[in-house]
Amino acid sequence: MASVIEGEKKVFMTGNEVAAWAALAAGADIMFGYPITPQNEVMHYWTRLAPRYGRKFLQTEDEISAGFTTCGGLQAGCKAFTATAGPGNVLMQEPYGMAEAMRLPLLAIIQQRGGPSSGTVVYSQQEVTLTTYGGNGEGHRIVYSTASHQEIYDYVIKGFNVAWKYRFPTFVMGDGYQAKMRESMVMYDPAARGIELVPANPIIGLSGEIGVDRECVHLCNIYSLEEELYEVLQKMEADYQKMTPEVVEYDARFCEDAEIIVVSHGVVSRAGQDAVKILRAQGFPAGYFRPITLRPFPQEALRKAVENCKKVLVVESALNQLQRLVKENLYDVALEVDALAKPAVGIIADEIVARYKEFRK
Amino acid sequence: MGGKVVRIALAGEGGQGVQSIAEIITEAAFNEGKEALYCPNFGLEQRGGVSIAFVQIGDSRIGAPKFKTGDIFIALSLRAIKRCRQYIGPETTLVYDSSIVGAEAEVPPNAARVMAIPAIQRSKEELHPRVFNIVIMGAVIGATGVVTMEQAREALEAKLGGKFKQNPDLRELNYRALEMGRDLIGKSGE
Amino acid sequence: MSAAQPVIQPKMPKSWYKSNKPHLFCPGCGHGMVLKALGEAIDELGIQSKAVFGCDIGCSLLAWNFLDVDSTQTHHGRTTPVMVGIKRSRPELITIAYMGDGGGYAIGSQHTVNAAIRNEKITVILVNNTNYGMTGGQMAPTTLPGQITETTPFGRDPEETGYPTRGPEMVAAIASEGAYVARGTVANFRQLKGFIKKALENQIAGRGFSFVEALSVCPTNWRTNARDTWAFLEDKMTQYFPVGEFKVPQVKEE
Repeated sequence: MASVIEGEKKVFMTGNEVAAWAALAAGADIMFGYPITPQNEVMHYWTRLAPRYGRKFLQTEDEISAGFTTCGGLQAGCKAFTATAGPGNVLMQEPYGMAEAMRLPLLAIIQQRGGPSSGTVVYSQQEVTLTTYGGNGEGHRIVYSTASHQEIYDYVIKGFNVAWKYRFPTFVMGDGYQAKMRESMVMYDPAARGIELVPANPIIGLSGEIGVDRECVHLCNIYSLEEELYEVLQKMEADYQKMTPEVVEYDARFCEDAEIIVVSHGVVSRAGQDAVKILRAQGFPAGYFRPITLRPFPQEALRKAVENCKKVLVVESALNQLQRLVKENLYDVALEVDALAKPAVGIIADEIVARYKEFRK
Repeated sequence: MGGKVVRIALAGEGGQGVQSIAEIITEAAFNEGKEALYCPNFGLEQRGGVSIAFVQIGDSRIGAPKFKTGDIFIALSLRAIKRCRQYIGPETTLVYDSSIVGAEAEVPPNAARVMAIPAIQRSKEELHPRVFNIVIMGAVIGATGVVTMEQAREALEAKLGGKFKQNPDLRELNYRALEMGRDLIGKSGE
Repeated sequence: MSAAQPVIQPKMPKSWYKSNKPHLFCPGCGHGMVLKALGEAIDELGIQSKAVFGCDIGCSLLAWNFLDVDSTQTHHGRTTPVMVGIKRSRPELITIAYMGDGGGYAIGSQHTVNAAIRNEKITVILVNNTNYGMTGGQMAPTTLPGQITETTPFGRDPEETGYPTRGPEMVAAIASEGAYVARGTVANFRQLKGFIKKALENQIAGRGFSFVEALSVCPTNWRTNARDTWAFLEDKMTQYFPVGEFKVPQVKEE
């Protein structure tokens, strides 16, 4: 395969365009999608770029179909992916469930918008619960929450690799701001940076004559006995736990001597980081913690980060979806937890600084 | 500019070109090696409503994509002033077009500085109504100095080069529009 | 098939998966016959090793290991998009979506409609037994007027719930040139097999969407004996659901 990016290239573009380039660089073969704002331009750029590199696209009748056609492509051994948002993310929970159950390396780019229902087409961080634990299963998924265009590029490439290596559906979750804004980032050829792309291989439609070279494959997705499913889930959970230390990611700064740690994720963590810098400059011992993987959650790292602090301030553009994850992972730690929770609107550093000072009293 | 981030909000009616101005300015800043972030508003309002662009330009990584109050706020319609009062604070220079009827009554009292410039009228009389948004772009550059005029011209070339090729007069027209905007606000750009 | 021999050894198609026989369908169920027709067609076309068989939820899921063919089992109504995804990714594979009337005409109807309109190069085999068998005999889109089911205990009233879906007629109306559309019946095995074979050939030739509805029987939920089962299929169902070909591609090169 000819490399999509020669060497490195500094560019100024929107997050959706970055996502399309990243999928190309990651060796994605085919995209299935259905229009929904603010994800549309991932498809727009993909449909323009893909033919140059012999890649394919299908616009399906709805998100359910986009998810299931993706599942089909994956079974056939192609690096298939999709992108969606909001109500589309809700509809895709059904195919995500199939991907979980059948251990399909599905990759979906999620650009969160306001909810519930149609909400806004603009922005939110309200798809955390849905993306991490949606569906009628146990949330055996990998969810990266990106904060910049550079991360969209990095984690789309990494996401394909992780999905194909561990065989859990993987999500690169941004938001409407990241989708539509322009900022600078560096695109690169993964090989030039020593990133090896995990090869795709089919689990159905295998080569060789049945009965001569090989047996046929029967993929099953439903079980007669509860014990059968229990066994499958036990194995899935064991695999997930084994994988966790290898994929979990976070960013922690100034936590050692912090009195209050600001916990945020995704684009809000940019404001979180700025707020902590401002507070430190003003003499307040503030700490910063950002889970990069929301699933699996960096439990150990967070527990270590809060060892010396008294309070945690959870900041998010949702009503306590991140906070629930934080509390669950600090369930037995004696800490005061406060929130700056602004569902479906952006948060800036000054607001965090103000809330921090209030909380400290 | 030092380590400070310059925050620019532009608001106007759909079709007035505020998103293009934001795109060209940030592209120019990027080409100059600065950190730039441009975040459009893209609600349903975009179709026949007030269009807003948030621009931040600085020397280091930009934080949150939007901001509370801008250093400079450019309003191109009465609705834009009304809709965007929230982005005007005690550090904000408000610039609006002097042809907007009833603007004065809507100007928030807390703005640091208020400037009414005859961009619509001058572009119509001396250049062409279509380069109105480039006049505004020149005014933004004049007021903030976020990019040099040279870089702005290059960014215009990158964006409109195809059209310039078809009609070379357009290039001169756009350059003049840029200068007119800068001069309307004062010469801090060069 | 005459009953000339005293002892008949069931002759299984080569592409049947022997280890799961006898199969799991109820006694008297029509699925076995549809799958026999499919198995023989696969054998005759020599596509056992490059076919991918996908089955839906509902009784059709019991076919997940019926064939000695690479098979996958999906969600209710979602077999068509999974097969579309496979075909679009690997056009050399012969994809067969196997489903019931609920899967194709109710919960997955948008996929049937849009796959037909896009002329997806897949083969859909839809078994029409006028009810939801797996879940205990509820009304299906194909339930006949007056027919008693668990959710129409006094008979289906078309005023309340409309008339039965005529799938092949609909698909033939919306699919473009190159599509193959037919309705067969388990009461006419030879014809049904011919339709299925043509549907597969149409996919192999890359002409377009291929759709075969098979009229079938459900004595368990119909609560009918052999004679009444067959009478319902041959007399009642065919009144609403005429058997035959609805769309045949014009083959130019011959």
